[in-house]
Amino acid sequence: MPSDSKSIDPGSDAAVPVPAESPAGSLPGGRPVSVLTPKPSEPNMSANISESASGKVPDAESPANPRPGSGNRRVLTMGKPLRLGELAIEKSIQGVAFVSLLFITLIFIFIFKEAIPLFGSGINKAESHATVEASETYGEDAAAPSKPEAPELAQKASHFTPAELGGKTWQPVSLDPKFGLLPLFLGSLKVTLIALLIAGPMGIFAALYTSNFAPMWAREGMKPVIEILAGFPSVVIGFFALVIMASVLQNLFGFEYRLNAFVGGVAMALAVVPIIYTVSEDALAAVPKVMTEASLALGATKWETALFVILPSATPGIFAALILGFGRAFGETMIVLMATGNAALFTPHIFEPVRTLSATIGAEMAEVVFGDIHYRVLFFVGALLFIISFGLNATAEFFVRTRLMKRFKGA
Amino acid sequence: MNKAILTGTLAMLTVAAVAKTTITVKGSDTMVIMAQRWAETYMTAHPDITIQVTGGGSGTGISALINGTTDICDASRPMKSSERDNLKSRYSSLGVEIKSAKDGLSVYLNDQSPVDELSLDQLKGIYTGEIKNWKDVGGPDAKIVVYGRENNSGTYVFFRDNVLMGKDYTSTMQSLPGTAAVVNAVSKDKFGIGYGGAAYGKGIKFAKVKKDAGSPGIAPTPETIKDGSYPLTRYLYMYTKSRPTGELKAYIDWILSAEGQAVVQAVGYFPVK
Repeated sequence: MPSDSKSIDPGSDAAVPVPAESPAGSLPGGRPVSVLTPKPSEPNMSANISESASGKVPDAESPANPRPGSGNRRVLTMGKPLRLGELAIEKSIQGVAFVSLLFITLIFIFIFKEAIPLFGSGINKAESHATVEASETYGEDAAAPSKPEAPELAQKASHFTPAELGGKTWQPVSLDPKFGLLPLFLGSLKVTLIALLIAGPMGIFAALYTSNFAPMWAREGMKPVIEILAGFPSVVIGFFALVIMASVLQNLFGFEYRLNAFVGGVAMALAVVPIIYTVSEDALAAVPKVMTEASLALGATKWETALFVILPSATPGIFAALILGFGRAFGETMIVLMATGNAALFTPHIFEPVRTLSATIGAEMAEVVFGDIHYRVLFFVGALLFIISFGLNATAEFFVRTRLMKRFKGA
Repeated sequence: MNKAILTGTLAMLTVAAVAKTTITVKGSDTMVIMAQRWAETYMTAHPDITIQVTGGGSGTGISALINGTTDICDASRPMKSSERDNLKSRYSSLGVEIKSAKDGLSVYLNDQSPVDELSLDQLKGIYTGEIKNWKDVGGPDAKIVVYGRENNSGTYVFFRDNVLMGKDYTSTMQSLPGTAAVVNAVSKDKFGIGYGGAAYGKGIKFAKVKKDAGSPGIAPTPETIKDGSYPLTRYLYMYTKSRPTGELKAYIDWILSAEGQAVVQAVGYFPVK
């Protein structure tokens, strides 16, 4: 899941004239995504003031996110009387930022703490001794016909080695458990790529339309509607895919398995489109108006301008949108749990059922024996997902921060 | 899982309101609806007693019993010997097992499937992946689409131990969360097969199960499940740490009484007596 707020700071030396409005969108779940650009006539300092005055929490409050322009704040407060109320507000905001940071760190520590014993030496696969006598019974009717119970089957005793995680079979609840993560990883990748192939073009072109061509009323209508889609509970999308979409697609393409990676990918696309749309819309709207004007003045048509001038200059932002979409799709649980069939197959076909990493945690965590290898492996999968989404978010952040902004500044 | 959360919330709301004799019940999701009905009916007759019912799964319930956080644990599978060991080392007691209801495990087929009965051996072949085509079991020449429950369910383990005889499921089995999902999938898949508790759904039929190739196919009906002639029956258990006494004993005796067993039938399972 993309988790952090993303704010793009133009830096203190931005001298490019920019559009009058500073577009600000919002990701699902209230995560603000704002692309702030200074107004043409104002120096950057006042841009910072107007940002604080308009009630937005400046990103600089977060200690983990020192931004290049933060020195300005100190300059601004110089020579002003200290106001206690303001100080209190500032400190409490800082406190909140610290608490959320603390939570993330604690979750991180917890997940890793539970997964790490896997790589130690002291873990053996649960071995059952069939010698223990049976429990006492109560309330049984001796006269009632009762069939003898099948004896408990003995679990094979063996030692777990981390190398097993690279296996091609996922059979954790077995008399000889196998913990190969490869089919799960491949499954996640398949569903995510299918989702991105569908949602990517859809989201980007919808964003291009609203930022460049749509009349005001369509723009005002489309953005909120697409963002509502992001607020859709994923279990609803999953159920829709399981009951309706799977049958429709099966009739259309005639695949052998009703639930498969493709159905999951299509359903996932519904969840990913809003993210790609919102983030790329912000990137497209942040392209300096001069570029559009120059292109039109040189005789290019509106379409040519959009496709060959605006779209290329917003590429890093759009790339970031795709990465965030990738992260969302990779971590999404409910949709894949319901729509993909959950068979851990290690095949390249997209019309066969798959089991993803996230769905595996979702399905198995509730019943697992605490402290067992199975439990640790599931936490390891969680840590893996955490690292992947962390890395993807950092990459997206990097692309927006450095590439996109450098491009606009250098223009 | 949602059911479990809902029950948990309900249980918390109940506990906030009262300070009377409280019995806690935790465990199997399969049994949670039945356990709730028992509790509701019993509490109406005995207003001085509060019964909290929580789901979470058989494993969760048993570990709660071992940790002493529940009075009764519901389980859709017998306690494992490792779990009994744990209980013994804590309380020097092996726990008391109460068979509280019976359940028939049904094999679902799409109602358009020409196959009506399957032997246990054929089921084993289908679920281990040795039999891949319907024509091998007397059906049309089409691939068998295998559905099953998630590996966290007691049903998964029961089917593995009693039909597959401990062998692994085929990796092409699509595991779905919950009986309803399996029924729904089979009803939409002409070549599908699935298993689960006695459920009712449009578009599916129950396969008659043969003990071996020569014996007659037996359909899962209340009679065949009660008398044990249907090969795939299982008990639903309740466990306590030690021999029940006082209010706990009264409650368990009531569950085993005709009145309690009527509730079992009302929710779709079968009485033990």
